[in-house]
Amino acid sequence: MKLETKGATMRFGGLTAVSDFNIAIDSGEIVGLIGPNGAGKTTAFNMITGVYAPTEGRIRFEGRDITGHQPHLINKAGIARTFQNIRLFSTMSVLENVLVGCAVRERPTWINSVLRTPGYRRRDRESHDFARELLAETGLSELEDEKATSLPYGKQRRLEIARALASRPSLLLLDEPAAGMNPQESIELMDFIRRVRDRFDLTILLIEHHMQVVMGICSRMYVLDYGVTIAHGTPDEIRRDPKVIEAYLGVE
Amino acid sequence: MKTRNTLLTAGAIALFACLLWLADAKLGGYAMRILNLSAIYIVLSLSLNLVNGFTGLFSLGCAGFMAVGAYVSALLSMSPEVKEMNFFLEPLAPWLQNLTLPFALALVAGGLCAALAGLIVGIPVLRLRDDYLAIATLGFAEIIRVVITNLQSLTNGAQGLKNIPKYSTTWTVWGVAALTVAFMALLTRSSYGRELKAVRDDEIAAEAMGINVFRVKVTSFTISSFLAGVGGALLGHMITTIDPKMFTFMLTFNILLIVVLGGNGSITGSVIASIAVTVLMEAMRFLDEPLNLLFIKTEGMPGLRMVVFSAMLMAVVIFRQRGLMGDRELTWDGLAKAGLLPRKKKGARE
Amino acid sequence: MDLATFLQQLANAASLGSLYSLIAIGYTMVYGILRLINFAHGDIFMLGAYFAFYLVAAAVMPWWVAFIVAIGLTSLFGIGLERLAYRPLRDSPRISLMISAIGASFLIENLGVVIFGGRPKSFASIPLFDTVVNVGPISVLSVSLFIPVFAAAALVVLLFVVNRTKTGMAMRAVSTDIEAARLMAIDVNRIISYTFGIGSALAALGGIMWTMKYPQLNPLMGIMPGLKCFIAAVIGGIGNIGGAVLGGFLLGFIEIMVAAFLPALTGYRDAFSFILLILVLLLKPSGLLGQKQTVKV
Repeated sequence: MKLETKGATMRFGGLTAVSDFNIAIDSGEIVGLIGPNGAGKTTAFNMITGVYAPTEGRIRFEGRDITGHQPHLINKAGIARTFQNIRLFSTMSVLENVLVGCAVRERPTWINSVLRTPGYRRRDRESHDFARELLAETGLSELEDEKATSLPYGKQRRLEIARALASRPSLLLLDEPAAGMNPQESIELMDFIRRVRDRFDLTILLIEHHMQVVMGICSRMYVLDYGVTIAHGTPDEIRRDPKVIEAYLGVE
Repeated sequence: MKTRNTLLTAGAIALFACLLWLADAKLGGYAMRILNLSAIYIVLSLSLNLVNGFTGLFSLGCAGFMAVGAYVSALLSMSPEVKEMNFFLEPLAPWLQNLTLPFALALVAGGLCAALAGLIVGIPVLRLRDDYLAIATLGFAEIIRVVITNLQSLTNGAQGLKNIPKYSTTWTVWGVAALTVAFMALLTRSSYGRELKAVRDDEIAAEAMGINVFRVKVTSFTISSFLAGVGGALLGHMITTIDPKMFTFMLTFNILLIVVLGGNGSITGSVIASIAVTVLMEAMRFLDEPLNLLFIKTEGMPGLRMVVFSAMLMAVVIFRQRGLMGDRELTWDGLAKAGLLPRKKKGARE
Repeated sequence: MDLATFLQQLANAASLGSLYSLIAIGYTMVYGILRLINFAHGDIFMLGAYFAFYLVAAAVMPWWVAFIVAIGLTSLFGIGLERLAYRPLRDSPRISLMISAIGASFLIENLGVVIFGGRPKSFASIPLFDTVVNVGPISVLSVSLFIPVFAAAALVVLLFVVNRTKTGMAMRAVSTDIEAARLMAIDVNRIISYTFGIGSALAALGGIMWTMKYPQLNPLMGIMPGLKCFIAAVIGGIGNIGGAVLGGFLLGFIEIMVAAFLPALTGYRDAFSFILLILVLLLKPSGLLGQKQTVKV
């Protein structure tokens, strides 16, 4: 079991954003997390990645308890994510953004960096090679020296994914990767996600509003509404579930 | 590209050394003093730039760390006789009284003590947000100053220290400045430098990408304090007297001014601004003195100089926030792109 | 120490606390609305004192009219300061605002040195405030009795405005969520100007009362009180008017009492405020009466 959560609950003062969240994801799966806006999906992500410590419940990754651990340690353990509102490093170039993702494996210290030790230089070269490989994979090679935030929206999303991949995760959390994409781009994204899953041996958990994408690539889905899991199953089962239809008032 | 850059850098350093030697030989004491003061400000502004510009932490504690560095270095390098003359109100603690170290050791010790102070201050304070961090670091700088003023038997209190050995020669200060520039350039253009900038740009994303944001902040803050301590020590060894009233928020303000003018996040900017502002500060001294232009006599208006500089700071921050260089640097590659250097033919070996 | 001295110090603490509160309120209101530490606030306090000084020295109007005019002038100055130094940076990173505030503070101080002269000036004596009054075992300057009264009156008026008037409601709206307030057709610029105007008026009142009690003026007189009052506002819970009052009294009280009971530590007096500040920031950053703010990811 790659990832499982047991009774994860997030309360902010009087507000319960997520209650009794129970998911289980196997290696290699692509699982979807859907629900109307404000349902608590990103909060669930935040609990898994350590941004919030769950008020109740436990989260296990590859058999280890990671509940409430610090985000950078969770990343080291092998979970990477993208953000709903793209969070790229605005003053750095496309390549540099991806290189930052490599840092977690490189573990530079300021002393090594300043002295440019042979070990540092080797690891730096390896990072550069890997980063360029990722940019090629995401179709961003020509733009490597451009300022990250000068890219068009769709490419920025791809860059965020490339950056997440740079930390060599085994579990990838994608928060609305298809936001703002037209149908053609969405299809390309679906292929891209499958390709990346196969190429890098990943497990993927995906928040998405774009039903075409979700139904297209997810083997299973969880549906959240007001923080409560109202349904769970295959795309077909979800499509027909009356509770889900009611929550969305008409699902495409 | 790499060999060309290395050759150019070596050439530039050689050229700079020659110019410095020339200046030292030809220019008078007053001019050299100003030039050397700007070298010290290069070190100080780079220390502030490291935390503010490159790591995105608004720290106003500079003066406090400078004070620590200055006092430690002075106390460790003054001879016992000079110390005895200074500490006439209350004798200096015996273990310190007879301890005299060579300049290099005293200087490094000053920096290390300042770094330690930075670590002690940083660990609790770096968890705070922007503006709270600013006030907290300002508060600590004031606390340091008050403590120094009251520890009569260790620092001579409000009397300060006089006759500090004049170790800050032209080559010393410019040597340290050059080392600092080299250090900053190497640090900021490395993987670690990218981590600093990532923390500056987006802490949350940086943390999600495996960066221990808190540790990066503390490291940056500590290194910056070390540099501030060294700068403070060099200042002490140049003016030969220090007292707690020197290390007020005003001093931090001057350094902040330089960093903002030059560009928060640009090493080149800090270097240029340090020299420009130091020279300007001196040149504008006439504003504070009585003017005697032919038939126009004005009374001295002390404070007018600072009015001009404060206005400048506000003007820059309101109209051209990025200062002179923003976060860009003057690089050999940049000059080549601008056509100022002969370009290598495409495909040529590097 | 005996009861008389204790009561004496208590009275001192009360008037100092009132003064600190008046100034702290200005800080807290501006921070609440703009999330800006108005470094120049202490210098506005200084300007209030100087305006009053010059108006009284000119002897063209009764002193109490001069005071009111001085408060008005300072209020306008505060509004002008916001317009020139802070409004252009409304959409910039908060650091730029802070730098502008620091610059403005130094600018005003040095302009003061240039225009008013660096040498301290003495305020003319105003009999109403300058007589020694004997209340039981203690004797105080009459001004010390007036200060808490004026401060309380100002606070009552302020709380009325903030809680019972439309403008006050708008102010509270802007300080909670500036974007939402804009969407509710609130003229945010006007509200911000009001806030600066009121804060500066209170600071000016504080400055005038301060010079009644400590009659020496100099252009740098606002620095320490300014910093301490900001600390008071933070301790009480920045953005919270009640907090500013609480913080102001707490700080004034601690300062006087420490100086009275632990004279050996007088040299460290200035450091106390900072130590207290850092303790609060570390243990309860939102202050005594403040509320925790969570960041949305």
